[in-house]
Amino acid sequence: MQTPLKTTLSINGTRHEIEGDARLTLLDALRDHLGLTGSKKGCDHGQCGACTVLLNGRRVNSCLTLLCMHDGDEVTTIEGLGTPDTPSDLQRAFVDRDGMQCGYCTPGQICSATAMIEEIRQGWPSHASEGLEGEVAPTPAEIAERMSGNLCRCGCYPNIVDAIADVIAEEGP
Amino acid sequence: MNPFAYHRARDEQDATATAADDGTSFVAGATNLVDLMKLGVKTPGRLVDITRIEGLDRIERTDDGGLRIGTLVTNSDLAADPVVRRDYPVLSRAILAGASGQLRNKATTGGNLLQHPRCPYFQDLAMPCNMREPGSGCAAQGGPMRLHAILGTSAACIAAHPGDMGVAMGVLDAAVETARPGQEGRSLSLEELYRLPGERPDIRTVLEPGEMIRAVVLPPPPGGTHVYRKVRDRASYAFALVSTAVVLRLEDGYIQAGRIALGGVAPRPWRNPHAEEAMTGEPPSEALFDRVANILLAEAVDRSALGRDGAPGFKIDLARRTIRAALWQAVERSEGGAGKTAGEAA
Repeated sequence: MQTPLKTTLSINGTRHEIEGDARLTLLDALRDHLGLTGSKKGCDHGQCGACTVLLNGRRVNSCLTLLCMHDGDEVTTIEGLGTPDTPSDLQRAFVDRDGMQCGYCTPGQICSATAMIEEIRQGWPSHASEGLEGEVAPTPAEIAERMSGNLCRCGCYPNIVDAIADVIAEEGP
Repeated sequence: MNPFAYHRARDEQDATATAADDGTSFVAGATNLVDLMKLGVKTPGRLVDITRIEGLDRIERTDDGGLRIGTLVTNSDLAADPVVRRDYPVLSRAILAGASGQLRNKATTGGNLLQHPRCPYFQDLAMPCNMREPGSGCAAQGGPMRLHAILGTSAACIAAHPGDMGVAMGVLDAAVETARPGQEGRSLSLEELYRLPGERPDIRTVLEPGEMIRAVVLPPPPGGTHVYRKVRDRASYAFALVSTAVVLRLEDGYIQAGRIALGGVAPRPWRNPHAEEAMTGEPPSEALFDRVANILLAEAVDRSALGRDGAPGFKIDLARRTIRAALWQAVERSEGGAGKTAGEAA
């Protein structure tokens, strides 16, 4: 057993000091140390996206993230995006569009989409983009390509794409 | 995951000196390494975290008009960089054809080049694998495989370099700049960096203990039309069965210069100067592109087999078709975009 490491980071705006083995992933720290069970452990290998959180504003797979490497960083989880009473636009849109069946992938989908919309705003191109420069047209093909790191075994993809498209249309580029 | 010690490197000297010890790995994006540690495939006793070293996350112009890409530049930042998009579009395209948004946000330039093959037998401790355990055998040969190499393989290993970014780096003549413990770093072409498997597939690169990739340097933009064509088992978020990076300069109906690199088919991004020379000064034609494919695939051997009758796999044919399609794509875009000087439709 190695000496436990102390990592201090901001999670949903609150400073936390977490003590753990170097092997502790950000996902396990969130779920097992802080009780933030919104982020899900699907595959635990970066393939399904259910563990997606925002790290310094960018979406990452928290299952492949070693906590000890992120001292001083800022993390936002699904719990930090909205609450049942005050949902984020994407949370509300997923409900309105019925973008889920079992709901297991939903926190990861919403965290991922939150950052993805910001990536579109920044003008980042994708594999689906016609050209590499200029504004990104948020077509269903663009949204599907950009969300390919989030799997939904219930197959709710059409409604997930609709929910995300709604929010982009409402909020504008 | 095996227990390990964690060391956050202060600077390059600290990183390279610490990582020179046996059983030590560098870590940055961690996406591939942590995955392999969870599987028990990698069991480092210590990780040296290089992400806090100053100055390794920049993209800078070099004196000769090229680009120096720090090893910590993430795949996302590199693909979205305005200069890369404009002057080296094949690199943006290749990166965007790989992984997912989440992974590209963490994966780094140096780590991408050093990622491990996705051979399922390498990742499965119950199977023999000469790359994981030298001398244990290769379970990948003689059965149905998809992510295997057909060029540069040996009787010991048919694992392919799985990356997309490296294939574009290869076609752009990128050089890797390293830092070494106790001596000057060095510059390596990708062909120098990657060893072919031979008898020792476990030794994948020529990097010495403690030697760290500090940057990747691109020569000045090559101009021409850039194409990255990737064939995979699903439309997004899958490794290449075959990929092709092409940079083609077409003038007045003649190919002034053509470069082509293959991915998913060899232990490293694969180029062949004879195939490129064959294109120079020629007008595009089916016969010419067949010849280019024939030269590139002359030594190809498919050591996988489909079904119990031992019929050879699909990959050589797929590579041939992909090479032709990518070259024609470059020709069509060149003709369609006359008047521009560089880019995807130049």
